[in-house]
Amino acid sequence: MRLRVLLPAALAAVLAAGAVFGDQFGDAEAGEKVFGQCTGCHEIGDNARDRIGPHLNGIFGRKAAAHDGYRYSKSMQRAGKDGLIWTAETLDAYLENPRALVSKTRMSFRGVKDAQDRANLLAYMRDFSDNPADIPEAEPTARGTDHDVDPAILALEGDPEFGEYLASECLTCHQSDGSADGIPSITLWPTEDFVIAMYAYKRKLRPHPVMQMMAGRLNDEEIAALAAYFKDLE
Amino acid sequence: MTLNRRMFLGTGAAAAAVLNAPAVLAESHGKPRVVVIGGGAGGATAARYIAKDSKGAIDVTLIEPSRTYFTCFFSNLYLGGFKEIDDLGHNYGTLAAKYGINVVHDWAVDVDRDAKTVSLAGGGTLPYDKLVLSPGIDFVEGAVDGWDLSAQNAMPHAYKGGSQTELLKAQIAGMPEGGTFAMVAPPNPFRCPPGPYERVSMVAHALKASNPTAKIIVADPKGKFSKQALFQEGWANHYEGMIDWIGEDFGGGNVSVDPNAMTLTIDGEVTDVDVCNVIPAMKAGRIAEMAGVTEGNWAPVNAADMSSKADADVYVLGDASNQGDMPKSGFSANSQAKVCANAVRGALTDSKVFPAKFSNTCWSLIDTNDGVKVGATYEATEEKIAKVDGFISATGESADLRQATYEESEGWYTGITSDMFG
Ligand SMILES: Cc1cc2nc3c(=O)[nH]c(=O)nc-3n(C[C@H](O)[C@H](O)[C@H](O)COP(=O)(O)OP(=O)(O)OC[C@H]3O[C@@H](n4cnc5c(N)ncnc54)[C@H](O)[C@@H]3O)c2cc1C
Ligand code: HEC
Ligand code: HEC
Repeated sequence: MRLRVLLPAALAAVLAAGAVFGDQFGDAEAGEKVFGQCTGCHEIGDNARDRIGPHLNGIFGRKAAAHDGYRYSKSMQRAGKDGLIWTAETLDAYLENPRALVSKTRMSFRGVKDAQDRANLLAYMRDFSDNPADIPEAEPTARGTDHDVDPAILALEGDPEFGEYLASECLTCHQSDGSADGIPSITLWPTEDFVIAMYAYKRKLRPHPVMQMMAGRLNDEEIAALAAYFKDLE
Repeated sequence: MTLNRRMFLGTGAAAAAVLNAPAVLAESHGKPRVVVIGGGAGGATAARYIAKDSKGAIDVTLIEPSRTYFTCFFSNLYLGGFKEIDDLGHNYGTLAAKYGINVVHDWAVDVDRDAKTVSLAGGGTLPYDKLVLSPGIDFVEGAVDGWDLSAQNAMPHAYKGGSQTELLKAQIAGMPEGGTFAMVAPPNPFRCPPGPYERVSMVAHALKASNPTAKIIVADPKGKFSKQALFQEGWANHYEGMIDWIGEDFGGGNVSVDPNAMTLTIDGEVTDVDVCNVIPAMKAGRIAEMAGVTEGNWAPVNAADMSSKADADVYVLGDASNQGDMPKSGFSANSQAKVCANAVRGALTDSKVFPAKFSNTCWSLIDTNDGVKVGATYEATEEKIAKVDGFISATGESADLRQATYEESEGWYTGITSDMFG
C-alpha cells in the first residue's frame, strides 16, 4: 500500500533522469536465459556458492558488499559503506554498466545493454530473494530503464584550462598526485569513465552526499572540462 | 606610529608610486606584485595558486610570522589523542622552493592603501599592485567578563593553532580525578561553527579513558549550535552523564570568569573549575582593521572575486571577511582563495577569469570512528556569497558510514594541506 502511494514520485524521478522504460514487466523465465551471461562467475538458487563473484541469493534489499566471507573490491566495499543498497533501480544501473555505479569494481563484465533483458533478469533474480514479497511485482523500477549517458555528452571535448580552474575545487579533497587516502584517486582516468561516474552522482544513483552535491551543480561542459583536465594530471 | 611611517614613506619610493598609475608601476618593476598577508588556509592557498598558475609572471610575497603553521583543523583530534602535535605542523619550504614565492617571516604592522605599501615589524616596506589579506581572527576585547589576553595561560582559548592547543591538552591531562573541565563558548559568528562541540567530544573521549568521573560544563551564549542533534546523540551514546551544556535559556550567556581563583560564574552561580577553555567573541585579524577595510568586526567583500568593498586592489579571505552565507572554516578560506587567485591573475595578466564557485564541508569526530559532516555549495550574487545546495549527516546512521565519514576527513586533511603548502 505504502509503496503504491510513493509510486508517482519514484516514477517522476526516474523519468527526470532521462530514463526509457522497457514496455513489459520483467519475465522471470526469459530472465533465466539472460542469467546465462552471469553463470561463469555467479551462482544463484539452492546450494549456490561463491565463485569468482559472490552468490546472488537474497540480493534485493541488501547493502552492496555485504555478503560475509566474500572478498569484495575496495570500491565495492566503499559503495556499501556509503549506503548503496541493491534495489531494482540500483541493480538495473549496475548491470547496465557496472563501472557507472562502482568505478573500480572487480566485476569485469561489460553490462547487459538491452533494457528489456535487464527487466527479465531482475524478475528472475527476485525469485531468489529471501523476501520477495517486499518487492512488489508492479514496482515500476522493476522494469528496465536506460541510465547510459547520452553519447553526445560523452563526445564533448572539454577545455582543459577551464577544467584546471574547476578542478581547484576538487583538490581540496582529492589529491593532485593521485594518492588515495580515505578519498579515492581521480587522476589519469579515461574520460568516459570519469564522465559516467560524475553523471551517476549527478543522478543520485551513487549514494555519496558530498559528490552528489558537487556533481549536481556541474553542467555537461564543465564535466567534460574536468574530465579533460584530470585525464592528464600527473 | 602609523602616521610616522606614512610620512617617512612619503618621502621616498612610495611617493613616486602614488603619482604613477599601477600599470606604469608594474611595468617599471618588470612584473606585477602581489603581497599576501597571513600564511593560513586562505593566504597560503592564494599565494600558491597565484604563483603556480601565473608561472612566474607575477611576483608573489607571502608575509607570515610563524615558520611552522599549526592547523586549527584537526587540533581537536590532537586533544582527543588521535593526532600528534607534529601531524598538525606545516612549513613554507615548498611554497618558496617549488613555486618561487618570496616568504617573509614577519608581522605586517600597517597597510598604506594610498601608497599601496605594507610595512613590516622588522622594518622595511613592500609595495603591491594587489594585496590579499587573510589574517584569520582576533578576539573582541572585554567579550568575557574577567578574561583578557593576559589570562590566556591560566584559561587558554586554544582557538589559534599551536602552543595554546598544547597548553590546553596538558591542562586536561593534569586535571584531578573527578575534576571539572569548563568551556565558555563564543557567540556567532565565529571560526568553525562545529569546533567547540567537536572539542567537547574529544575532551570527553580523552577524559573517559583517563579520568572517567570528570565532568564537562559548557556555558553557551547561543540557544542552538551547529550539528546539534548529531552531537547530542553522540554525547548520549558515548559519554552519558558527562557533559552539561548550558545554553542561552539557562543563563549560558551570562558568564564571568576569575582566572586567579579558577572559578566560572554562570548566571550568578559560582563553580570551581580545574580547566577553563574560554573562547571569546571574535573579529577579523587586527591588520584588516588597520588597513581600514573593516566595518564593525569584519571586512565586507564582493562575492564575485573576494575584493574588499572599500578598495578594489585589496582582497580579504577566510575568517576575516564578511561574505555572506559561508561558515568561517579552513575549507571555505581555501575555496575563496582559489576564486580570488583566478581574479587576481586575470586583473594582472591576461589570463581567463571564470565565474566564482564556492563550496565547504566540515567534518567532526564525536568518538573513535564516529565521524559526521555538513556541507554546502555556494555562488556569488550581487549582494553576497549565497548558498545553493547542502547536506548534513543524519542521526542514527550505521557505524560503517560513520567510519567511512571519518576516513574521508583524514583524506580531506591530506588534500587541503597539500593544496595549501604544495
Ligand atoms: C578548534 C578548531 C577546529 C577547526 N576545525 C576545522 C575543520 O575541521 N575544518 C575546517 O575547514 N576548518 C576548521 N577550523 C577553522 C579554520 O582553522 C579556520 O577557519 C581557517 O584557519 C581560516 O583561515 P584564514 O586564512 O582565515 O586564517 P588562519 O588559517 O588563521 O591564518 C591566518 C594567518 O595569518 C597570520 N597573521 C595574522 N596577522 C598577521 C599579520 N599582521 N601579519 C602577518 N601574518 C599575520 C597568522 O599567523 C596566521 O598564520 C577549525 C578551527 C578551530 C579553532
Ligand atoms: C567475469 C565475472 C563476472 C560476470 C560475468 C558477472 N559478474 Fe557480477 N560480480 C563479479 C565480481 C568479481 C563481483 C564482485 C565485485 C566487486 O567486489 O567489485 C560481482 C558482483 C556482483 C554483484 C554485487 C554483489 C554484492 O553482494 O554486492 C551483483 C549484484 C552482480 N555481480 C550481478 C551480476 C549479474 C546479474 C551478472 C550477469 C548479468 C553478473 N554479475 C556477471 C563477477 C562477475
Ligand atoms: C568534500 C570533499 C570532496 C570534494 C570537494 C570532491 N570530492 Fe569527489 N569524492 C569525494 C569522496 C569522499 C568520494 C568517494 C565517494 C564514494 O564513496 O562514492 C569521491 C568520489 C569521486 C569520484 C569517484 C571515484 C571512484 O573511485 O569511484 C569522482 C570521479 C570524483 N569524486 C570527482 C570529483 C570532482 C570532479 C570533484 C570537483 C568538481 C570532486 N570530486 C570534489 C570527496 C570529494
